[in-house]
Amino acid sequence: MNDTNRVDLDIIQSWVAPHSRILDLGCGDGTLLKRLMERKNIKGYGLEIDEDQITQCISRGVNVIEQDLNSGLSNFKDNSFDTVIMTQALQVVRRPDLVLDEMLRVGKECIVTFPNFGNWHARLYLTLRGRMPVTKQLAYQWYDTPNIHFCTVKDFEVLCQEKSIVVNARKVVATRFPDIVMKDINPNIFGETAIYYLRQADDA
Amino acid sequence: MRCDPCVKLRDSLDFAESFNIRIQMPNSIPDNSVGLVKPQLMHFEQPLSLACGRTLEDYQLVYETYGELNKDRSNAVLICHALSSHHHAAGYHEHEDKPGWWEVCIGPGKPIDTNRFFVVCPNNLGGCHGSTGPSSINPDTGQSWGADFPPLRVRDWVNAQAKLSDKLGIYQWAAVIGGSLGGMQAMRWALEYPDRLRNCVVIASAMKLTAQNIAFNEIARSAIRSDPEFHEGNYLAHNTIPKLGLTLARMIGHVTYLSDDLMGRKFGRQLRSGDFEQGSYNPVEFQVESYLRYQGDKFSEFFDANSYILITRILDYFDLAREYDNNPVNAFSQALCDFLVVSFTTDWRFAPERSREITDALIDAGKNVCYAEVDAPEGHDAFLLPIPRYLELFHTYMQRIADEVNS
Repeated sequence: MNDTNRVDLDIIQSWVAPHSRILDLGCGDGTLLKRLMERKNIKGYGLEIDEDQITQCISRGVNVIEQDLNSGLSNFKDNSFDTVIMTQALQVVRRPDLVLDEMLRVGKECIVTFPNFGNWHARLYLTLRGRMPVTKQLAYQWYDTPNIHFCTVKDFEVLCQEKSIVVNARKVVATRFPDIVMKDINPNIFGETAIYYLRQADDA
Repeated sequence: MRCDPCVKLRDSLDFAESFNIRIQMPNSIPDNSVGLVKPQLMHFEQPLSLACGRTLEDYQLVYETYGELNKDRSNAVLICHALSSHHHAAGYHEHEDKPGWWEVCIGPGKPIDTNRFFVVCPNNLGGCHGSTGPSSINPDTGQSWGADFPPLRVRDWVNAQAKLSDKLGIYQWAAVIGGSLGGMQAMRWALEYPDRLRNCVVIASAMKLTAQNIAFNEIARSAIRSDPEFHEGNYLAHNTIPKLGLTLARMIGHVTYLSDDLMGRKFGRQLRSGDFEQGSYNPVEFQVESYLRYQGDKFSEFFDANSYILITRILDYFDLAREYDNNPVNAFSQALCDFLVVSFTTDWRFAPERSREITDALIDAGKNVCYAEVDAPEGHDAFLLPIPRYLELFHTYMQRIADEVNS
């Protein structure tokens, strides 16, 4: 993916401190980590299980570790990273809530992005066609999709509340009209991708 | 029967050199091979202090090189061999139709690309392929060292390799690379000579052996020692070798280098001879029995029993972090290089968990590291085999290094 126009990456970058230690869960081809290395001088490590993506990380000089998020992060110590990031992988893991717990344990702060299933496109698709939405962003059939835990912006907020997770900041990103202008008015309807900047409650 | 591989090799080297023989290529060397190669010898007159407190006054290392050293001497790669290997890592020796032991990884266009790298592979001290070892002559006695050869540690090998680097005029290696016991040397390099390597490639290795692993080595050593021809290690003085013991040792080792799955696929319960017919006695020989015997036999003809005992002990004693409060993170904090760590899913002798421990310690120490766990049925031996994903990621890593050193 061409990363020059990735608004989500710009937002993540703005939340990452220079020279910090970053763990990227499901780092893909290393685009984000490479960008943070170049622009924020971070020390980053990415976890990935896709063989081709791992090779691409190696090729661009990104530290990549072959590790399945579903087996947990028990090999990482508490607070051993400044920021743990997970982009577009929350819906792929077997237990998003447990992964979130682990992220907050390992990282002092966390950044999570996920596709907002509450977006009006998805709602309309399901309402009018009566079938599970297939969009450009989520171009899978229900039976072959790796995305096994869809949630909406609201769902995620409820989870954060239940877990007493502190939301430092929240942004939603949209690429289409009218979503682009409406997204901040009603994120759960017009946001396409949600980006959360989280930390554990101080007394947790 | 006297079998002294060192003498054999020395003879053939001298022979070739003194008669300036025009070397003929064996038939059909593949294009992606480094082709015909010749071992070289380096003598060291400066004594080498060993970890055991003793000193080797004078020693030699036999080694091979492939590819060209670039102008600023930045493209050199050191290959550290494993338990039973040697300096002949790639290409072909004259009159031999089998290439070096890592032919799949070293050559033009291969992971360790000889179009871009200058590759050096020495035979380690204590070995039996031309470098000073138990079957060499002890200058004090005029006899072969035999069991009196000083016990060695991985650090002694690494120190000797560093002396070789000095003589070759290579201050900093683009990478030090090794599989299994070779990976242990590569890691030791990173701690002992941090500024002398840019990258450390550790394949199917471990920071220390497990008890099970040591147990297998001890069974192998016991097999050798219990051979009546062993003569407490001084078999050469008796003009014999403990062939049976060495064969058995290799058979044990060989089983542990493969996976159950692979042996099942390769041999199953196939018979080489005999049958199970009731009412007649026709003794059975399973294919796997004959295979193991062949492997053991072959090995006993070119490997020295004292070297086998010495080197398995080097494996057993290796403990990367011992002197760093047994803390691998403290140990790796010494390193300045980047790391590639690779393991294979069915390797139970150097299991993926061991490689993950290395990786976790490197991450904790804030070092650059890439880790891949290659799905392969071949067990520990996978690191020597042409497994597409392994070769691709290894190649990718090495190409990046080559770009960095502008070779």
